[in-house]
Amino acid sequence: MIRLEKRPTPSRFWLYATPIAAVLLTMVAGGLLFAAMGKNPFAVIKTIFWDPVFGEFAFYLRGQLLIKAGPLILIAIGLALGFRAGIWNIGAEGQYIIGAIVGAGVGLAFYPTENRLIFPAMILAGAFGGWLWGMIPAILKTYFNTSEILVSLMLVYVAETILAKAATGFLRNPDGAGFPGSRNFRNFEAASNPELIAGSGLHWGGVAALGVAVLAYILLTRHLLGFQIKLAGQAPRAARFHGVSPVRLVLLCMGISGALAGMAGLFEVTGPAGQITIDFNTGYGFTAIIVAFLGRLNPLGIVLAGLLMALTYVGGEMASTNLGLPAAAIQVFQGMLLFFLLAVDVLTNYRFRLGAGAPAKQGAK
Amino acid sequence: MEIGGINLVILVASLMVAAVPILLAAIGELVVERAGVLNLGVEGMMIIGAIGGFITAVGTGSPFLGFLGGALAGAALSAVFALLTQVFLANQVATGLALTLFGLGVSSLAGQGYNGIKPPHTPDVPFGPLADLPVLGPILFSHDWVVYFSIAMVAAVWWVLRSTRAGLILRAVGESHDAAHALGYKVNRIRLMAILFGGAMAGMGGAYVSLVRVPQWVDGITAGAGWIALAIVVFASWKPWRALIGAYLFGGITQLQLSLQATGTAIPVEYLSMAPYLITILVLVIMSSSRGRAATGAPAALGQNFHASR
Amino acid sequence: MKRRNLLASAAMGLTFAMAGGAFAAGMDHVKACFIYVGPIGDGGWTFQHHQGALAVQEAYGDKVEIQYQESVPEGADAERVLTQMALGGCNIIFSTSFGYMDPTNAVAAKFPDVKFEHATGFKRESPNVSTYNARFYEGRAVEGVIAGRMTKTNKIGYIGSFPIPEVVMGINAYYLAAKKVNPDVELSVVWAFTWFDPAKEADAAKALIDAGVDVIASHTDSTAPLAEAAKTEGKVIGFGQASDMEAYKPAPRVTSIIDNWGPYYVKRVGALLDGSYEQADAWEGIKGGEVLIGEITDAVPAEVKAEAEKLRDDIAAGTVHPFTGPIKKQDGSDWLADGATAPDGDLLGMNFYVEGISGDIPK
Repeated sequence: MIRLEKRPTPSRFWLYATPIAAVLLTMVAGGLLFAAMGKNPFAVIKTIFWDPVFGEFAFYLRGQLLIKAGPLILIAIGLALGFRAGIWNIGAEGQYIIGAIVGAGVGLAFYPTENRLIFPAMILAGAFGGWLWGMIPAILKTYFNTSEILVSLMLVYVAETILAKAATGFLRNPDGAGFPGSRNFRNFEAASNPELIAGSGLHWGGVAALGVAVLAYILLTRHLLGFQIKLAGQAPRAARFHGVSPVRLVLLCMGISGALAGMAGLFEVTGPAGQITIDFNTGYGFTAIIVAFLGRLNPLGIVLAGLLMALTYVGGEMASTNLGLPAAAIQVFQGMLLFFLLAVDVLTNYRFRLGAGAPAKQGAK
Repeated sequence: MEIGGINLVILVASLMVAAVPILLAAIGELVVERAGVLNLGVEGMMIIGAIGGFITAVGTGSPFLGFLGGALAGAALSAVFALLTQVFLANQVATGLALTLFGLGVSSLAGQGYNGIKPPHTPDVPFGPLADLPVLGPILFSHDWVVYFSIAMVAAVWWVLRSTRAGLILRAVGESHDAAHALGYKVNRIRLMAILFGGAMAGMGGAYVSLVRVPQWVDGITAGAGWIALAIVVFASWKPWRALIGAYLFGGITQLQLSLQATGTAIPVEYLSMAPYLITILVLVIMSSSRGRAATGAPAALGQNFHASR
Repeated sequence: MKRRNLLASAAMGLTFAMAGGAFAAGMDHVKACFIYVGPIGDGGWTFQHHQGALAVQEAYGDKVEIQYQESVPEGADAERVLTQMALGGCNIIFSTSFGYMDPTNAVAAKFPDVKFEHATGFKRESPNVSTYNARFYEGRAVEGVIAGRMTKTNKIGYIGSFPIPEVVMGINAYYLAAKKVNPDVELSVVWAFTWFDPAKEADAAKALIDAGVDVIASHTDSTAPLAEAAKTEGKVIGFGQASDMEAYKPAPRVTSIIDNWGPYYVKRVGALLDGSYEQADAWEGIKGGEVLIGEITDAVPAEVKAEAEKLRDDIAAGTVHPFTGPIKKQDGSDWLADGATAPDGDLLGMNFYVEGISGDIPK
């Protein structure tokens, strides 16, 4: 009989090896899936993982990786802070949308003036919008003990409705012949978010993502707040004795993740997406949750995880166009990646033992 | 009986039908959460049930087998969740979310080639002359068997949890898994059964969407119903009959906003379509504003994994 | 402006190398690519575009290679896929959704030797971008005649997708045609805020049926409204939308509007092959074959069927225009004088209901 036995201290080896093991296992399982679908598994894996970085069109696709990874990383870092403290912000997608709307709205209000301060103002507005939307579940949780999971999620649907209203109503392009969609930011230089280094895909959102990653790392490892977050997640009672106010933590974590998600929304809408449309949001808020876990809730890990996830998206698309692989197969692949990660993760804290039954109960827990 | 041009009897009959998928999923998740497990993968299980049920029904020609197929598909996916959370002790929130993503992907993959096909029809239960009664006829006697099954399931869950030994053990596991383990109950096994039940119910709810409500198969056809079901469980304070009310309320509001549009009421459409979600939030707030978690009735061990060596 | 870089020159080099030379004369081989907003199995909008693509393959055999990517979200992902297609050697790319407008124009600027055809859009920012659309409102008029004649409750319904000119055009055309043959008719509009969502469409159809409507037209693309109508066992009729939806013949689907993109696609690829390709802004209807009226079934009485077919033929011949005055706007102001027909510009920017429709267009 195989059973699990808790390790005295978490295994450092497995802490780093888990993601790698998960990726390898996913490649194997994914390869089997692709073979079952009649595609050459090696060709598919190569198209997904190798081609975007080293292949024929890599000069273009490498940039695309950063375009996709930027918002994922930005949102995931905010989420990870909350997740560590046991605060589950599932509604980042809604905060992303509202941030984009508020930020874009501020920018469009200045049209057609060109001024260097407009874009920074939009970034602040986007962060504010996301922060506001994240505060709703936060306040409801601290005052009424309502589940932040459910409230933040319901607010995603509300945000989508507001977005539809924005695109067809209050943010609609007056020169757009009545069609839905805001002005395109490409034509409004002061408010646009173009590539900073040609071909790299690095726009201000990517810069922000990397900057925030560093800041978050410093926060978690050196700052008191970081310590409190980690403590609250692992030993809630001890945290309370230590004087950590759960209210303050909830407000801060939801606020930070909301603001970051809102900023990501603003960067996306002024950059790659180009305009506010009815459905410019492509689920980054939800994918970021997976990125957060893939990155083991660690800011530096999240940067790598974000790039990996972007790789599966970009490479998966190529596999779809060139090899005829259905887009859904990539979603299955991503789900498997998370499953394997969660499963292999057990080895960090537990080890497998052969043998029967549990020994005599230990004295202290 | 009309108010503002909307026939109330027809509205009630319609909302009973509209609520079936979320009611089934909610009652299943309620049992799972009473056992102390938070399975956020309801959406994934529902959509797997939707495609599983659809494929079975189209393949066998029998809608009844379709529902069975949907339940089995949902249970199979929930088994993955059980494996990860009960054996590998993975974080329940993350695993549930992964389940949703995986379920959406697998269902889309399995459903290739099933777009646009008409499934076999599920007829109403023939009550004969009873269906023609003025008010009670459309409300009580003009539905298909799944509607009655969903209500019966609510009653069954309520009775089992309240009055049987099995229900008591399940609740004990949910309140304090350590104490239950000390008493000799196999905590993980009980949770596994609960998870499988939840998966089967969610799968059946999903099958109802693709076989009766719409009825066809399209990617993502459940459109977030699983999340609504989760909200209903909290709204219901984990009590079965309240889950029924919650499901009908949500189904009712969704149907109402469309009916209001159809009869030309002047309320702007966007506010109407936001209404179900805002009202859900409002109700959640009211329900949980009592002091602390204990007052809301949440199982005390909800969301915590159990490992025997502790 | 800021994107002129190594990328563009490399891309141009690639396209030249792949497409092999002179464009003023014809081409021996064309790679035609299609980017779809939904799955080809949706039985509606994308399905019909793909039928068009298949028609191109059939028309030109070996001279043409087809490639497509389905379910591409609008926005940054669309831009990437379009760029990948252009880099991969496509000579002509059909982007089949309004939301691809800005990505199409952006990518077209970087690949001046690739032709881009954008469906239902209005921006042509570079000479290699053409736009095309279909006069669906002509089909709505035919549906309206059938609706006005066949309704027993005098309540007809319309499931709208988004409050944009194309949809408002359809609603107005449907209502005007119905009212012409049946002055007592009333129109109910429900907005689903989606192009394709069977569950929402089923709910919307149910709400209309519950309110007493017995003829439902929809601007959304799934068969769900017809499925709902089928549950009433003959009391409610509807129409096929985008595709023929023949599974619901002879009722409730009594006729349909079929998006027939094949002739246009074949024409454009052919122009590329024989060297006569020019930038265009096409808006064809029944006459050009882009809008087909599906078979009118026997559930429709013979004289109504004849009336509908005559309207269809008159529109095709150009003798009747669905928007012919005198027509007033909903607020009572004048729009079209007696005998005047609506100019295309008015239609493309249509944001008002005509007189007689109650309710407001969501802002």
